[in-house]
Amino acid sequence: MAKLQEAAVAQITEICDRHKDDKTPLMMILSDIQNEYGYIPLEVQELVSQKTGISVAEIYGVVTFYSFFSLTPKGKYVVGCCLGTACYVKGAQNVIDKFQELLGVKPGETTEDGLFTLDALRCIGACGIAPAVSINGKVYPKVKVDQVPEIIKELKEEAAKA
Amino acid sequence: MSLVNIKIEGQPYQVEAGLTILEAAKACGYEIPSLCAFNHGECNQGSCRVCLVEATGARGLVASCVYPVSEGMEIKISSPAAVQARRRSVELMLSNHNKNCQQCDKNGQCELLHVAQITGAREDAFQGVHSETHIDTLAPGLIRDTSKCILCGRCIARCSNAHGMGILGFENRGFATFVSPAENRSFADSPCIQCGQCVNVCPTGALMEHSEIDKVDAAFKAGKHVIVQAAPAVRAAIGEEFDNPVGTPCTGKMIAALRRLGFERVYDVNFGADLTIMEEGTELLGRLQNGGVLPMITSCSPGWINYAEYNYGDLLPHLSSCKSPHEMQGAVIKSYWAQEKGIDPKDIFVVSIMPCVAKKFEKEREQLITNGNPDVDAVLTTRELARMIRRAGIMFNRLPDEEWDQDIMGDYTGAGVIFGVTGGVMEAALRTVYFKLTGKESEPVEFTAVRGHDAGIREASLDINGTTVNVAIASGMKSAKVLLDEIREGKSKYQFIEIMGCPGGCINGGGQPYVRPCFMPNEGDDILDTYKEKRAQALYSEDERQTLRQSHKNPQIIELYEKFLGEPNSHKAHELLHTTYAAREGFNEVKK
Amino acid sequence: MISTVTDLNEKFELLSKSLDDKIKGGDGKRHIVLCGGTGCLSAHSTEIMERFNALLKEKGIEDKATVNQVGCFGFCSQGPFVKIYPEDTLYKMVKIEDVDEIVEKDLIGGEIVERLLYVDPKTQEKVTKQEDILFYKKQRRVALNGCGVINPEDINEAIGNGAFQGIKRALTMTQQEVIDEVLASGLRGRGGGGFPTGRKWQFALNVEADQKYVVCNGDEGDPGAFMDRSILEGNPLGVIEGMMIAGYAFGASEGYFYVRAEYPIAVKRLKIAIEQARAEGLLGKNILGTDFSFDCQIRLGAGAFVCGEETALLNSIEGKRGMPRPRPPFPAVKGLWGKPTCVNNVETLACVPYILREGAEKFASVGTEKSKGTKVFALGGKVNNVGLVEVPMGTTLRELIYDIGGGIPDGKKFKAIQTGGPSGGCLTEEYLDEPIDFDNLVAKGSMMGSGGAIVMDEDNCMVDVAKFYMEFICDESCGKCTPCRIGTKRMLEILTRITEGKGTMKDLDELEELSQTIKANSLCALGQTASNPVNSTLAHFRDEYLAHIVDKKCPAHVCKNLMQYKIDAEKCIGCGMCAKGCPASCITRTEYVAPGHKLASMAIDADKCVKCGACISTCKFNAISKV
Repeated sequence: MAKLQEAAVAQITEICDRHKDDKTPLMMILSDIQNEYGYIPLEVQELVSQKTGISVAEIYGVVTFYSFFSLTPKGKYVVGCCLGTACYVKGAQNVIDKFQELLGVKPGETTEDGLFTLDALRCIGACGIAPAVSINGKVYPKVKVDQVPEIIKELKEEAAKA
Repeated sequence: MSLVNIKIEGQPYQVEAGLTILEAAKACGYEIPSLCAFNHGECNQGSCRVCLVEATGARGLVASCVYPVSEGMEIKISSPAAVQARRRSVELMLSNHNKNCQQCDKNGQCELLHVAQITGAREDAFQGVHSETHIDTLAPGLIRDTSKCILCGRCIARCSNAHGMGILGFENRGFATFVSPAENRSFADSPCIQCGQCVNVCPTGALMEHSEIDKVDAAFKAGKHVIVQAAPAVRAAIGEEFDNPVGTPCTGKMIAALRRLGFERVYDVNFGADLTIMEEGTELLGRLQNGGVLPMITSCSPGWINYAEYNYGDLLPHLSSCKSPHEMQGAVIKSYWAQEKGIDPKDIFVVSIMPCVAKKFEKEREQLITNGNPDVDAVLTTRELARMIRRAGIMFNRLPDEEWDQDIMGDYTGAGVIFGVTGGVMEAALRTVYFKLTGKESEPVEFTAVRGHDAGIREASLDINGTTVNVAIASGMKSAKVLLDEIREGKSKYQFIEIMGCPGGCINGGGQPYVRPCFMPNEGDDILDTYKEKRAQALYSEDERQTLRQSHKNPQIIELYEKFLGEPNSHKAHELLHTTYAAREGFNEVKK
Repeated sequence: MISTVTDLNEKFELLSKSLDDKIKGGDGKRHIVLCGGTGCLSAHSTEIMERFNALLKEKGIEDKATVNQVGCFGFCSQGPFVKIYPEDTLYKMVKIEDVDEIVEKDLIGGEIVERLLYVDPKTQEKVTKQEDILFYKKQRRVALNGCGVINPEDINEAIGNGAFQGIKRALTMTQQEVIDEVLASGLRGRGGGGFPTGRKWQFALNVEADQKYVVCNGDEGDPGAFMDRSILEGNPLGVIEGMMIAGYAFGASEGYFYVRAEYPIAVKRLKIAIEQARAEGLLGKNILGTDFSFDCQIRLGAGAFVCGEETALLNSIEGKRGMPRPRPPFPAVKGLWGKPTCVNNVETLACVPYILREGAEKFASVGTEKSKGTKVFALGGKVNNVGLVEVPMGTTLRELIYDIGGGIPDGKKFKAIQTGGPSGGCLTEEYLDEPIDFDNLVAKGSMMGSGGAIVMDEDNCMVDVAKFYMEFICDESCGKCTPCRIGTKRMLEILTRITEGKGTMKDLDELEELSQTIKANSLCALGQTASNPVNSTLAHFRDEYLAHIVDKKCPAHVCKNLMQYKIDAEKCIGCGMCAKGCPASCITRTEYVAPGHKLASMAIDADKCVKCGACISTCKFNAISKV
């Protein structure tokens, strides 16, 4: 088993301690790790298991049950295409298909350069501006298929600058 | 106990309040097919939807395994809607099942097939893609094949109940859900102790022992001297495979069957058990008298050894260095016996019949292989032996009772027999330790304080000739953990601890016949509560029948020491009969 | 600190006046409010607010006007909104660059910026005031009380708007009286089930226990529904107060909000509201000087639709996989950590303070016989006015779609309205005059659900819609019980076959058989209702299924295997724009020059076409169509 870096151990220990007064805090711990660490690999789960006394298999079961938790690092930009009904009837499928075509990855996958993860989201509650795409929390309203190349280009440029 | 009045198919009954419909119906003489429910709620997910019935007061159909009876409830098991619903649940299950029943070793004992027959499910009623299949054959003890799994969750519950650690869990969700160790790893790459308790409860062939029948066939074919040795717990349970009541001792018939399967010698592992007591008892006395590491913990159970190496690497010096009985006996067969018979050890193939699947792993430990020659070459479970007997067309129940082969290692004592039940090793050891400390035999022979058949912790304090010996017994890692944590914290008051991997000891080992009420129409409804006790009783009664009941009295053991080993814990004995342990990483790095 | 009833009364008097001043201009100032819902935030509502602030400073009129962000206005398709009090002038679809003009013309010049006003699609007339817009006229705000009016991050505005008046009254009543009041109001669970809220509380009150819990179900998951989000974003204290009243009614001292992680703004505002209420002593020990103590916490979902099912939700809070538990035992008897627990939806709890404050009678004065009060709908899809609306129960679907929703855009024909999300069904033209209530919608083959209402027009394929929902359920099925786990997959396979033109008539029988099995056999409501969209489309649009199966045609031209793009050679002027944009390079020039045109027309090679639809959007001459 690959060993965790000391800093990661400290960070995850701190997250576990943060919730030590809460009842059954596993979901909160995992959410915090997902947010701060970006993903929840097995060695992190082992550490959480040691801290909480919950078996690794159970933690793994929880991580793989909820779509927000990820076992592998996500891309720099997480492109979430809403496929809620309102977006779907307004052509969201074509939008995600376009992203899929241009990025060369399926929903749930990350591009080889680590820049983009494509996600199919269930309703994000932005039905008024359907079809909506949420990229790193920023919501793009009423996205059209021919806007997709432009969005990708902008993000690539932004990444190149950074 | 309060009673409620219910009706089933219009017939009035009085049943205990608080029962589920499934339990109440059983008490009234109705068997409702069910899969996910097991053992009084040990597993009750209400998930398989095979036990649906109609009940007044409920909206629609209810899962009888989780729905409680109530006063005035009218239950319909045979209403057209209920009959159809049960059939459809099974049909849907079959539509995502590999249905390769001919090649499945579970055939004949498969609960899915059983409910399919009862419900009249058509195997091709629904068709479509199957969930992705994951097959794990890497571990020597267990195999996992998700194409047969129905996600009942029994294995997950058992793993967690028996050991409190939960190696198995559900992974993913929806149609992609499957059961596996974390990260879909092999049992071999997880801290799984390969005890096989999960196999014991799996209703289908999704979890099975890793069969070694082929290996044994190959040894016969290669013309090896194939020697078989059977563990004590096997005789207490093998009869169940041939419809004998639970607890029927079948020692004589089992020996006869083994002989008819063509084994050159048929030995009892009890000889090895007696040998273990000589070594382990001496080791304990040595530790007690010379300030050795205490408490000393028994080392017969390979499931327990796995657990210790994965989780308590710091406590390994507490483990007795003795090999387990069949390994000792294997080592003796390949040395002493080979020498006596003038056979090259390389031409000997030792087969152990075990109630255990962890023994399959154990025999492959590098510490138990001398110059590329393992002490034991193959381990078959009680169930595998039954399969070989059936395959050979042997009508088990018509066999005569026969005796073990009597040359060199045929004698055994009652002390060896009780190894098969939790507390047995402890009692056997105490009988000999008592003699060594006092120079006389204990009276009575039995140390009943250490007896029991449950998974909980038992303890006793004995004053033997001024030496106080505090002992404790645990089976199942949940109980063991309590004792181990005490040691780790420096709070343990014991000198000697017996730990067995499986709850109840070897009689409830992961290789023992399945205890499935649905296939045991002649057993009581409480068979899942009583089978351990019944099997244990079979062993205790065999112990009582023996004239020799202390290991140190076994004449062939005495002879073995005189002729070959010298004394217990001698250099030679250490070479052959003792072993070492090493801490292991639970989730080792896997090359992907 | 507000530690007694007197404190609250004094504060209310003060704050309600200042809120009133803001709206009616009693303080002589202009007040600019911006919609701060998710939709408008994505359209730069915050940046617009910052621009206003900067300009006010620049022009030296910061003492004459204030700028605030409030909760969702509901009219999402026309956002972002800027509203100016006391005139109640509403500007829609405001851009950052419009701010200068608004400040210059309206704030300083006192003149309305006409071009930013809402135009009634029917009359083509410009409407100045929000209350005159048809979209708002038929609405009645109970659950949405305060949303779009108060600043959700300021407890003072909430108190001024009447927050905590409900719990104040409840605390003067016995527990049973509170429950009786809620029973009398006829309030039923807004999450979809429609179970009488008072009865749920009564069950929990009747169980003796050392600890009980209130759980607020904010795991709004129906795709196309966002009322809970908007309520939490617009008036979080209203929901907290509802939870407190519930807690008082059946004896719970702890509450848990379970909110989707997809709703960061709602979570943030809820957190602020809880902290502010604690700081005021309105959460904590001895609330308003009584023996009642109550506090609450937030737990986040992590992306699992099934956690909207109450027992799955409890498992999720307990740190487990969100798999439903068998019932009985019901949560009211054995819920969170084995203790009696009532799980109430956000909108339900948002109605509770109103009932206690205004009285059950007033709440029950609107609605139908068995469905009292109002219901919030997220109106979406092919309708002009997309947004969040709250209407009295009993409003007809026609009023919802045509009056409030402003009808179907682009002159298309209405086909169906889908309510209840993946558990609901589609209702057609013939049901448009049906009044909306829990039982009536079920009787007509759909259900209220949590309030998603998606309008479909002739361009929507109903088989595809059924497949869409089945795909959703398949993805979101927890996998615990056999019928839902495997049955929905089998149904999806059949629907996929049909939409690909590979369906047979036998498939229809099997769909019906599976649908019946899943409904009868499943463990939880997710499975039991999973086949509703299929059932209702089969009932109302069987001909569309048959067209796919028998004629191998998709009448709405949605299913890609069953439709083609075609260029009308007579209309095509041969400009070639379509060919340039075609990713599959399947458009080539023919030799045919249509009369009156100079260039030869283009044609699509159907074998190579990937049916992306890029050509149709580039053609300015309407020469390309789907057949």
